[in-house]
Amino acid sequence: MKPTDEDRNPMADGGDINAAEIPLESVSVEDVTRRDRIAKDLRGHWETFLLAWSDWRFKAGFLILFGFVLAGTVGVWLVESPTYQDGNKWDSPSYFGENPLGTDQFGQDIAALLIHATPDMLLMLMGGAVFATGIGAFVGIVSGYKGGRADEILMTLTDTAIMIPGLPLIIIVGAIWEPTSPILVGILVSINAWAGTARSLRSQVLTIREEAYVEASRIMGVSTGSILRKDITPQLLPLILVNFVMSGRGVIFNSVALYFLGVLPVEGVNWGVMLEKAYNAGAVTSPQLYYTVLWPLLTIVLLSWGLIMLSQGLDRVVNVRVRDRHEGGEAK
Amino acid sequence: MNYYVKRVIRSFVTLVLVITITFGLTRLMPGGPVDYMRAKLRKQNPNMPSEQIDQMVQAYVGVKPDEPIYVQYLNYVTSVLQGDLGESTYYNEPVAQIYAEAIPWTLFVLGTAMLVTFAISISLGALLAYKEGSRLDSAVSTVAIVMNSVPYYVAAIILIAIFVTNLGMYPLSGRTSLGVTPGFNLPFIVDVLRHATLPMLSVIITGFGVQTLAMRSNSIRVLGEDYIRVARLRMLPTSRIANQYVARNAILPIYTGFVIQIGFIFGGSIILEDIFQYPGVGYYFFNAITARDYPLMMGGFLIISVAVVIAVTIADLTYGLIDPRAGAGGDSSEAY
Repeated sequence: MKPTDEDRNPMADGGDINAAEIPLESVSVEDVTRRDRIAKDLRGHWETFLLAWSDWRFKAGFLILFGFVLAGTVGVWLVESPTYQDGNKWDSPSYFGENPLGTDQFGQDIAALLIHATPDMLLMLMGGAVFATGIGAFVGIVSGYKGGRADEILMTLTDTAIMIPGLPLIIIVGAIWEPTSPILVGILVSINAWAGTARSLRSQVLTIREEAYVEASRIMGVSTGSILRKDITPQLLPLILVNFVMSGRGVIFNSVALYFLGVLPVEGVNWGVMLEKAYNAGAVTSPQLYYTVLWPLLTIVLLSWGLIMLSQGLDRVVNVRVRDRHEGGEAK
Repeated sequence: MNYYVKRVIRSFVTLVLVITITFGLTRLMPGGPVDYMRAKLRKQNPNMPSEQIDQMVQAYVGVKPDEPIYVQYLNYVTSVLQGDLGESTYYNEPVAQIYAEAIPWTLFVLGTAMLVTFAISISLGALLAYKEGSRLDSAVSTVAIVMNSVPYYVAAIILIAIFVTNLGMYPLSGRTSLGVTPGFNLPFIVDVLRHATLPMLSVIITGFGVQTLAMRSNSIRVLGEDYIRVARLRMLPTSRIANQYVARNAILPIYTGFVIQIGFIFGGSIILEDIFQYPGVGYYFFNAITARDYPLMMGGFLIISVAVVIAVTIADLTYGLIDPRAGAGGDSSEAY
């Protein structure tokens, strides 16, 4: 929208002003193309990332998660898949030798088992976290924005889901359903994990919906769908991300527990199954076999710690108040 | 509508839903419990007429397979409300009786663990907030986070490895030793405590982290509030500021955390009691799963759910006593 008319009317008070000099006339000198907008968004995300990266906790969490992703992609390709002939039964760890972490009761190399279990664990984590965060975000955002009857119904549902104890339900459904696909297992163990996400996002939406620009959109008659997508959700992205990370952690906790208990049918290798096998073989009661239970334990704890660190580092981006304090704003 | 009325209705809805879910699982799943029971009974008694088999199925699962679904549902609800959860196929005892005997033990172990966690978190969190930025603060915060990344069942395994296998200080399984006379006598109490120590510890050391950090960050926030400054300016005694201004306002979110913790704990009892072979609610529930003892399974889920719903409801209703704002109307569930 450029001021093209040469002979614009002078102003009402008779002043003779060149219309092009009035900034209000031209909405923007350059047109903002879609590419510019994307570039700006990307820059914004990159800056957010840098801000988070300056926090050591985020760094630690990010690197750990990255390490697991590497193990699950490149590692699987580099390390041969474990077979019964990797070594003898219960070879002790030889840290620089053939079987660095030792072998289990079937002679399988523990390090290779751990690495080859990683892709499924990551799939499980993704499946569960996407499910829990997706449903949670949808319910939380819609119910927070819409209010009224919709809010009441959705929140009753959410509170009900929060109150039903998750693990027993997961165990029963798992025992009857017996899912084997890692993604489905991830979804199963997040069966009611979305509720917490919905609650926390809703309370955030309640404040955002009162912001001036949201109100402006509403008055201008922008459709609810657009407001939710363009005005509200972007504001919530960091919080959604934190919830995503924490639901991923929940998935790992619960799925390993289920495999450890032997409730789910086993296909392939899995950290929880490794724990169960080692535990049942007496790894905990005989000091020579500690290592068979130790490495899966450490792997689980490391991943879980990494996820917590990641979410705490992200928290700094989410929570403006915390950010201020870190930047030296309020030194209380 | 009054907050309390609303809250009670909500709990009631949850209970109805839980009963419906268990009914749905017993009845609707293909190859589910009813068919399973029927097939099993038919196999055991090949000559029995099918009517009689149906009757036995009803005795076990509380559902007559041939009735219309809504009648089955009504019958199921009525029998559950009367405390009839069917009969265990594995133990051959009424499900309700098995759990009734187990509940006090679970409550004892996990309830105590939870109270101890609560006490540690509040005092430790307040201390850390007071000394924010000190070496103690960062050290304890780090430990708290690391402990929090350890799943409680992992902690249980490690504790067994250390205290049972290596040091031989504690018994591995059961709730009491053989040959100790139950009753109010010292050897019995000591024995019970010894059996409960490790399960409690694994909950406490992995659970205190989150709540301590919550209490800490909260106290810090409260310490920065204007009314604390005003109170200082008014020269109110420090103890009064600490107890009535800071502690009271900082405890609130911990209290909600406590509520969530209740749900976690009853669910968690399944894994803990399996690892420690501690015959509580979770132990029987888990055995039911492995033995595919459907009535015991469903009963366990019902009982755990009812316990959680009751506990959470009580906690939510008493929330108003600690936070006067909660009962004041408006959308009070916001406090969550």
